[in-house]
Amino acid sequence: MKLAIHGLVRRFADPGAGRPPVTVLDGLELVTGDIAALVLVGPSGGGKSTLLRILAGLDVPAAGSVAFDGEPLPREEAALRGYRRTVGTVFQAYNLFPHLTALENLLLPLVQVHGLTEAAARERVREPLERFGLAAHAHKRPAELSGGQKQRIAILRALVVQPRRMFLDEPTSALDPEMTAEVLEMIGELRTAGTQFVLVTHEMGFARRVADEIAFIADGRVVAHAAAADFLDRCADPRVRSFLRTTLQQ
Amino acid sequence: MPRWLAHTIVVAAFAGAIALAFWRVGYDWNWAAVWAYRQKFLQGWLTTVALSLAALFASITIGAVTALLMRSGVVLLESTARVYVELIRGTPLLVQLLIGFYVVASAVGLDNRYLVGTLVLALFSGAYMAEIFRGGLDAIPRAQLDSARAIGLDPWQTLRLVVLPQAVRIALPSVAGQLVSLIKDSSLLSVIAISEFTLNAQEVNSFTYSTLESYLPLAAGYLALTLPLSALSRWLERRFAYEAA
Repeated sequence: MKLAIHGLVRRFADPGAGRPPVTVLDGLELVTGDIAALVLVGPSGGGKSTLLRILAGLDVPAAGSVAFDGEPLPREEAALRGYRRTVGTVFQAYNLFPHLTALENLLLPLVQVHGLTEAAARERVREPLERFGLAAHAHKRPAELSGGQKQRIAILRALVVQPRRMFLDEPTSALDPEMTAEVLEMIGELRTAGTQFVLVTHEMGFARRVADEIAFIADGRVVAHAAAADFLDRCADPRVRSFLRTTLQQ
Repeated sequence: MPRWLAHTIVVAAFAGAIALAFWRVGYDWNWAAVWAYRQKFLQGWLTTVALSLAALFASITIGAVTALLMRSGVVLLESTARVYVELIRGTPLLVQLLIGFYVVASAVGLDNRYLVGTLVLALFSGAYMAEIFRGGLDAIPRAQLDSARAIGLDPWQTLRLVVLPQAVRIALPSVAGQLVSLIKDSSLLSVIAISEFTLNAQEVNSFTYSTLESYLPLAAGYLALTLPLSALSRWLERRFAYEAA
């Protein structure tokens, strides 16, 4: 995927009445090469989650343009819904539907959105459930699953619709280290299998392993952007160096 | 101790205390006089069942529609729904029945008191239902809506497949409580001369001067409707039970 973002602006109304809106993305510019995995890093509140929501078609910018492989993202809700059906999105806090079992969570988009029959949908999810060691948990409700299992089901839900690319927003930041490892391992396998994705994460070791390019976002702009190894080893920007130091110390 | 045994003991103790109270005041029972009117009780009870059932379905529909209007995003619709709910919840059912029947229904030429009574009761209960449903809808985290959008569901699918199943689960206990209230509130329909259970019991009382013999069966008759409803609600709660993830 080749991602091209120009002049992206997104403001949110300040919760305090009468005050001016908060600018979260402030004319953000980012043009990548033809890559499989882009990792977004940066301080909390810097705008990376908002950027990811726009890329995933869940939010609309006030100004600016976003294009994947030369194809601009739509702006009207109906067209955006069509776009969202072609991509997969995973949130920080899994967001599975609590009234459905893990299996039903996987079947829902396949049957309701992508028009598969119940039988075809079950066939579609059988192998991935096995491969990621989740078949034994398929009939449990989310409340009965561990955080790592929930997140892996959430990733599978985004994956089984065979999206063109995936967007993952800090998929491990709500997990303890052991569960983080199992989720990262799954994402690593997807990367090996050729799935394209944009990932927001604080796991810099993992970013080095999977990312083609890394962009550092702060104050609504791209502060630094480079190929993964260059970014991690040779980026001279003082904010990036300081961010990497504190992140690696954790 | 098994639950049924605990229930039995508590009910027995309670009944014993009531019986003791009756014995202490030396009440002179006259069941025979009331027994003669058993058909009248049955007819009134059946009327109450029919009225309540009709009002029950109507009030759930009214409540659901009003709750959706409250979240429609259209200011005039939201305002209409809000004013309706506040007016109804802020005034006594007695007043609503009298104005509804003697003023509004007369003005539009509607003189079927059973229909008007059922409608007023449904509107009354519907306002409470609306607030219950709104609470259920509000309790669904925003993240669930995000998740529904992310997988490409349209707004109607989101409502049907994600929001309603969770909102119903949350609202169920309150809905059951409101339905129990509705059945008991139907006793007020007696003020517009609807021949339901309470009015018939009052009439039997005035014929026989056997007050308690008239009203005790009344209490039992309402319990016969409300207890199964509570049991049904608990069963449904267990069926839909899942912990929030």
